[in-house]
Amino acid sequence: MPTSSMLLLLADGRFPAGAHAHSGGLEAAVAAGRVTDLGTLGEFLRGRLATAGLVGAAFAAAAHRAVPTADRAAELGRLDAELDARTAAPALRTVSRRQGRALLRAGRAIWPYAPFGDLPGGAAGPHQPLVFGLLAAAAGLSRTETALAAAHGTVTGAASAGVRLLGLDPYHVQALLIALAGACDTTAADAARAADGPPEELPAAAAPLADIHAEAHVTWEVRLFAS
Amino acid sequence: MRPETAHDESVPHTHPEPGVDPHAPLPPAARALRVGIGGPVGSGKTALVAALCRAFADELRLGVVTNDIYTTEDADFLRRAGVLDPARIRAVETGCCPHTAIRDDIGANLDAVDDLADTVGPLDLVLVESGGDNLTATFSRGLVDRQIFVVDVAGGDKVPRKGGPGVTAADLLVVNKTDLAPMVGADLSVMDRDARARRGDLPTVFLSITQDPLAHRVAEWIRHELAHHRTAVAAAPPAALPPSVAVPTGSA
Amino acid sequence: MRAAARLVARTDGRGRTVLAELRGEPPLLLRQVPGRDGGVTVYVVGGAAGPLAGDDLRLDVEVGRGAVVRVHTVAASVALPGRPGAVSRMRVRASVAEGASLHWLPEQLVAATGCAHLADSRVMVADGGTLLWRDELICGRYGEQPGDVVVRTTVDHAGRPLLRQSLAVGPDVPGWSGPAVLGGAPATGSLLLLDPARPAAPPEVDLGGPVAGTASRERPGAVARLPLAGDAATLWTATAPDADTLRQHLTPRLPGPVPAPT
Repeated sequence: MPTSSMLLLLADGRFPAGAHAHSGGLEAAVAAGRVTDLGTLGEFLRGRLATAGLVGAAFAAAAHRAVPTADRAAELGRLDAELDARTAAPALRTVSRRQGRALLRAGRAIWPYAPFGDLPGGAAGPHQPLVFGLLAAAAGLSRTETALAAAHGTVTGAASAGVRLLGLDPYHVQALLIALAGACDTTAADAARAADGPPEELPAAAAPLADIHAEAHVTWEVRLFAS
Repeated sequence: MRPETAHDESVPHTHPEPGVDPHAPLPPAARALRVGIGGPVGSGKTALVAALCRAFADELRLGVVTNDIYTTEDADFLRRAGVLDPARIRAVETGCCPHTAIRDDIGANLDAVDDLADTVGPLDLVLVESGGDNLTATFSRGLVDRQIFVVDVAGGDKVPRKGGPGVTAADLLVVNKTDLAPMVGADLSVMDRDARARRGDLPTVFLSITQDPLAHRVAEWIRHELAHHRTAVAAAPPAALPPSVAVPTGSA
Repeated sequence: MRAAARLVARTDGRGRTVLAELRGEPPLLLRQVPGRDGGVTVYVVGGAAGPLAGDDLRLDVEVGRGAVVRVHTVAASVALPGRPGAVSRMRVRASVAEGASLHWLPEQLVAATGCAHLADSRVMVADGGTLLWRDELICGRYGEQPGDVVVRTTVDHAGRPLLRQSLAVGPDVPGWSGPAVLGGAPATGSLLLLDPARPAAPPEVDLGGPVAGTASRERPGAVARLPLAGDAATLWTATAPDADTLRQHLTPRLPGPVPAPT
């Protein structure tokens, strides 16, 4: 099945799932004085791809893998608990579920017959990577393409926030993303491969500052970004 | 396609519109009327929201979603003014893209509307205030049922002539701060003429919230639209979902 | 070098903890020291430098119903390079039964230049068990860049996943010292507290003082207190400029009786 256009659609930052309002932790890192210019933004994106990017992509791929299984709801429930255990910061759990809810809204409108009803999470919402896995499966993407779009989204959103928060030259920021493309491909391949294993063995790459920054950000009175 | 409840086999399908008894009084709308309030920075959107909160305080169950930078100071202001309980206000972070949040990617605003209803109970009216816009910003029809565009005389009396989707297509155009017209040299008759030329039959209201703190004519327009909304909701179930790509799930 | 050690604790008839098994081999030797409160304290005594790349060490800890065990190390362990291409491993497998308590409070792991080390801990805590677990990593000896180290901590509680985290540092790890992960801090770690008598503490964060115009390497570090999903456990996670500051961040400060970290 030709899925190239579908992959581009799901990877597009204009896909209406609220990505524009999230900086992926960049707003807090900028406020902490840790990201100030193109160089530090590049390091931020590299680290984010290797941690949150890898974990998110692996869980999206694992949810995609769970779609055709007989006990899909139970499998998604296991993934939900495993992802919670990899998300130590309550602010980041909330963000993942809010983004999941936003993505679910889009997914239900576009693919009403996809098995979104099997997603765990209740009123708080399902974790974003799990929704993405189901949505990508409904769109007919392969598991690797699913991981690729997920990993891609974790860096492009933050990069775009960098342009808005730091007033960086958009051409230079785009060049950063171009330079990261190879790492993004590798991360996606690793994530898709990890999804073959049991949920407890999925990547759990930690980033202490991501947790710390997220908890600081959520206490601000005025935020430009939701995360 | 019917709404989900109409799938319930226990509902007898005896009327032309299943689930609606034509002899019963009009039921309350299934969901609140959502009114978008947009317009340039400083034109008085927040003042209009406050005026409408005062106007409807004892009349409607009201919620407000703001896409502007919103602080506890703002909430304190509204609470002190006795205008609206801060529990009925939700602020949406827009990631420096206020237009995107009300037009292209409306999920966060829809979540805020749902969240209001979940926490404070059913609502009659939700006002969705946009962030500071330029003349090109409009709300998605997926987010609001009606939209009001607010301009002010201090922005110059040529604003209606310039047009833009906000001025030409909003369901109601509000020209605010008319009390300032003599001071800024704005000719209200020019604005009125240009607005008619641009907007055809769509209404325009000239307003000074300083002189009319309850924004009577805007409130009256909303009451009329609300009645219409309730009738429409009672008469017809929501439209079917758009046709979609029903790819079999699980293809790997 | 390969070595395995094993510690099994039970309670005697009077509710005091006794060691049903305590054995090790160089460089992984276990020594019991006089305990208090009826619990036992065990030190892991390094019998050699290292671990060196190529070493494969494994420690099993079983804390039976009602038993109380505290584990320390006598000194920091320094992961060192060894045979080219070789990796050193330290695996800990622990289980904590209902009513039992394990405090795992070793000294720091130091990642020396050129090392390749995996510290992999898996802990199963039964419903009603107590766990205090600290991981501290120092990225390089003084003024030194670290080799590649992964510190992986896997904790299950009552048969469900509680914590999964895998922190990787070193030249082969993209962005590890950058602003998304450690922000240039040479010391990092976490402290997990799971105690049925103590619900998770609410989130709190300390970004470590002055921010504007400060170079990231001069910061006093940052710490956050994080209630884990399910609200049964709290995790402190921190970055710091040195081991002492890190230890201060990872010493629990809670209202009410504090689990003794000694």
